[in-house]
Amino acid sequence: MAERGVQAVGPGTGAWARRAGALLLALAAGAAAAALPDPVLEARVARLSEELRCLVCRNQSLADSDAELARDLKRELREQLAAGRSEGEVRDYLVQRYGDFVLYRPPLKASTALLWIAPLLLPLAGLAVLWSRWRRARGEDDEDAAPVQGGEGAA
Amino acid sequence: MRIRPLLGLPLVAFAVLVLLLGRGLQLDAHELPSPLIGKPAPAFNLQRLDAPGTRFVPAQMRGKVWVLNVWASWCAPCRAELPAVQALAEGARVSVVGLNYKDSAEGAREWLKANGNPYAFTALDTQGKAGIDWGVYGVPETFVIDQRGVVRHKHTGPLTPETVRKELLPLIERLNRG
Repeated sequence: MAERGVQAVGPGTGAWARRAGALLLALAAGAAAAALPDPVLEARVARLSEELRCLVCRNQSLADSDAELARDLKRELREQLAAGRSEGEVRDYLVQRYGDFVLYRPPLKASTALLWIAPLLLPLAGLAVLWSRWRRARGEDDEDAAPVQGGEGAA
Repeated sequence: MRIRPLLGLPLVAFAVLVLLLGRGLQLDAHELPSPLIGKPAPAFNLQRLDAPGTRFVPAQMRGKVWVLNVWASWCAPCRAELPAVQALAEGARVSVVGLNYKDSAEGAREWLKANGNPYAFTALDTQGKAGIDWGVYGVPETFVIDQRGVVRHKHTGPLTPETVRKELLPLIERLNRG
């Protein structure tokens, strides 16, 4: 509607209005780009803060937490990543200050070895128990076949 | 009946689990070991509350055993621990420096006026940047730094007269001697 109204005044003014409109749009886009943070950087901050622990809330990641310290630490991540440091360097920076506890994925070292191998060891132990029982059950079947009394399986 | 070696295993496993869980109950989950212990104190350069215009750098304390106590006027446990901080400052040859964490200079000044000032002086960490460098995750926190600028001890949470008497004062005395 407005476009047609402007054009009714004359073709010259219409072109000027359109150009002014385009200029305004460009300005608005520029302002929005300046106000919005860099999406690539934000994605890196988000990804990194997913795997870091919020120290005050304990069982929440930095990404999920809105605690004061979590916000400060996310700001620190953003600044360091923007300054060109790698994810690994920023992670090390936090570990040096807050310890391994800040990591949701604990590193593999002597003190955490049990944590990492237990999920492998436990099923193996279970299988070993099952296997030994199965073997005994078969052994007892054999005993049943033979004329021996007093075996546990005989009752 | 034959002896089955695996029969007692569940019982033993259960006993071990109970022992581990019992130990876990005794540990304070909120006390994190600081990775800074045994490492050089992180540097910062902050304005002093008592004398605006002068700045405090931890390197200025070289050759002295000193304590950095992180506090804020918005922190209720900080007020609760003030008598213990006072006892610490009076009980040993040690400078207790305050690190005012994420606070305003006016708020800090008023708080000290209202509650008493046990600190040799206080440095202002308004942005909380130095706090992050020192691994601060909850105020109050207390660090003991030796003559060579190495962090020797960290206490998280409010100091009590007991922790001051039993842990901090003996440690500071030992550091002062050697």
